[in-house]
Amino acid sequence: MLGIVRQKMLEQSLKKIRPAVSVLRSYSSAAKQCSLIRNLCTNLKISRKIVISGRCVCKNAYAYANMVMLMTVREALNSALDEEMSADSKVFLMGEEVGEYQGAYKITKGLLDKYGPERVLDTPITEAGFTGIAVGAAYYGVKPVVEFMTFNFSMQAIDHIINSAAKTNYMSSGQISVPIVFRGPNGAAAGVGAQHSQCYAAWYASCPGLKVLAPYSSEDARGLLKAAIRDPDPVVFLENELLYGESFPISDEVLDSSFCLPIGKAKIERKGKDVTIAAYSKMVGYALKAAETLEKDGIDAEVINLRSIRPLDRSMINASVRKTNRLVTVEEAFPQHGVGAEIWFDASIVEESFAYLDAPVERIAGADVPMPYAANLERMAVPQVEDIVRAAKRTCYRSVS
Amino acid sequence: MALSRLASSSSSSSSRSADLLKPLCSAISLRRPISTDTTPITVETSVPFTSHQCDTPSRSVQTNAKELLTFFRDMALMRRMEIAADSLYKAKLIRGFCHLYDGQEAVAVGMEAAITKKDCIITAYRDHCTFVARGGTLLEVFAELMGRQAGCSRGKGGSMHFYKKDSNFYGGHGIVGAQVPLGCGLAFAQKYSKDEAVTFALYGDGAANQGQLFEALNISALWDLPAILVCENNHYGMGTAEWRASKSPAYYKRGDYAPGLKVDGMDALAVKQACTFAKEHALKNGPIILEMDTYRYHGHSMSDPGSTYRTRDEITGVRQERDPVERIRKLILSHDLATEKELKDIEKEIRKEVDDAIAQAKENPLPESSELFTNVYAKGLGVEMSFH
Repeated sequence: MLGIVRQKMLEQSLKKIRPAVSVLRSYSSAAKQCSLIRNLCTNLKISRKIVISGRCVCKNAYAYANMVMLMTVREALNSALDEEMSADSKVFLMGEEVGEYQGAYKITKGLLDKYGPERVLDTPITEAGFTGIAVGAAYYGVKPVVEFMTFNFSMQAIDHIINSAAKTNYMSSGQISVPIVFRGPNGAAAGVGAQHSQCYAAWYASCPGLKVLAPYSSEDARGLLKAAIRDPDPVVFLENELLYGESFPISDEVLDSSFCLPIGKAKIERKGKDVTIAAYSKMVGYALKAAETLEKDGIDAEVINLRSIRPLDRSMINASVRKTNRLVTVEEAFPQHGVGAEIWFDASIVEESFAYLDAPVERIAGADVPMPYAANLERMAVPQVEDIVRAAKRTCYRSVS
Repeated sequence: MALSRLASSSSSSSSRSADLLKPLCSAISLRRPISTDTTPITVETSVPFTSHQCDTPSRSVQTNAKELLTFFRDMALMRRMEIAADSLYKAKLIRGFCHLYDGQEAVAVGMEAAITKKDCIITAYRDHCTFVARGGTLLEVFAELMGRQAGCSRGKGGSMHFYKKDSNFYGGHGIVGAQVPLGCGLAFAQKYSKDEAVTFALYGDGAANQGQLFEALNISALWDLPAILVCENNHYGMGTAEWRASKSPAYYKRGDYAPGLKVDGMDALAVKQACTFAKEHALKNGPIILEMDTYRYHGHSMSDPGSTYRTRDEITGVRQERDPVERIRKLILSHDLATEKELKDIEKEIRKEVDDAIAQAKENPLPESSELFTNVYAKGLGVEMSFH
């Protein structure tokens, strides 16, 4: 509640400082600190970093400032959970170490203190059991947000996710909907070995009845988690451990407690005209870096942040492919039957963009092996920026030395 | 010299003569060659055993100087190894997850003393010491932790995935509870092959609530499998105390129809006695549960400080009163089996051994790039996917 009040105050204060409607959103780090804004932040006790760039006229209380706020993915998820729990008393959290331990990755920090043990529940290490219980609660109409410490452990509970959650609305012909969210880190971390590194996007996305989301930035994390919690269907929300600590700039629109992103819509992170690179989660960051490298070689890449794996934003992907005529898909997961394979088929056959392709679709994926532990082997088992650059060049018929 | 030989060659009937000779030996500053003395010594366990649906084994444990010194040496080695792993993790030479066993050494060592290498052991991710107890070398441990070729899994497994098939050590598992049905499967195969051996499936108090455990136990009991389920109860499942996770923290009773024994897991001799008892039981009557009351000094893993959910006083209290290495040290000293200096020398030797192994492991190379694609299958498919 307090969080929302603070944010509303900030918004109103911002409006006073920024009479102009359009605000430049820039990453500029050369900040000319506006003392006015600094005082404002001290008064409101805002913990998030504020970087101010651009001209700042402080003679009066009237200042031009291009204000950019930074927020980590962790903060984004925490604030989204906080706001949704505050807005709807039916929402509760369940998972291992989510309460007293403040969350294994600190995503649920402070929520036990705020909402009490009836709404933030620490479970024993029994995924099959507590997932089944959560799905049953969702049948009844309350809204559980189940945390898997990593999605590798969701395999213990996958029967309940698929058979009990995903299929029930259909089997009951609409009588019983399952407003549940399964969230947690997915994919490879660093040096955690074969049993803790798998990406489950393709598995869950193949199942009708589930919605599968994969945020990249803090904006994604906030908007998509809010959308997932509000959605009446079971949503699998695939986070990434290595992204938790990364900061992204966000606008005050994102900070609003009613902010929400639509499920099923991708985002064009970088507009381009020569090749489309479609990725999700951490690979979006890699794709953006690859685009910078490609730009130096005169290739203008368009980077699509999928955001939603099920449903896939087929129209955006295909509109992009029809524009650029070249497609590279990037995922960290195992290659066979993966998201890349689905996008290839969709673009080529289903949406009939085949005629628009000037080169075969390139699929970048993790190596077809269980994740090794040794640092050099692990590096080889996941896509690197160079792999994406090489693939994009191949689609542009550039030789790869 | 003659006196010591007399003393060392004494067998069952000569315990009294050994006693007579003892003061003489000390007076002449002659020492029996302690490392090979097998004169039986009887020691009482710290607490009596508590049982569920079975008899309790006797509190009096037969041991000897050789065994006690082996216990001391092995546990001190494990202790030093885990502490060294802590430093290596902080120096970023070990990556990912690292779950340390210091405090729990008595379980690994006591169990090993009761069984043979024909018996199988399977455990979860806190597996470094269990691996060493099964015959793994320090180099194999440190090289694997650092992801090098000389590691027991050639660098491909990491801390949670140590294996030693030739000693019937089956890992090393990352998914909580999964190793228990796997262990019952090993027991099944032993019975199927008529091997007259048993399997010890170790799990923690956190894993004790896993449903798959009860499913596997049910089948093991129905089919009389020689499975021994060992709950290493260190009282915390990651950050959650046992009373917050388990309705019934009497883990030795949770087998219901399956008998169980509660054991002081910080007393290597009690562990040995219980495992001997359990092996005999399992071979005749099917599964049995052993609950080892033990404690870990470190947090759940290197990412967990271990002090947010328990007090430092609790940790130091256990260290002072129940430390397994100290218990054996006191026993050795009180039975005059070695001097303080001799024990300290052993510890110095161990320190050097550990340091040498680490130095060797640091020099060891990373795996070859081609290793990325090996061992996916036992029998190759002839087709390999490679990505440019």
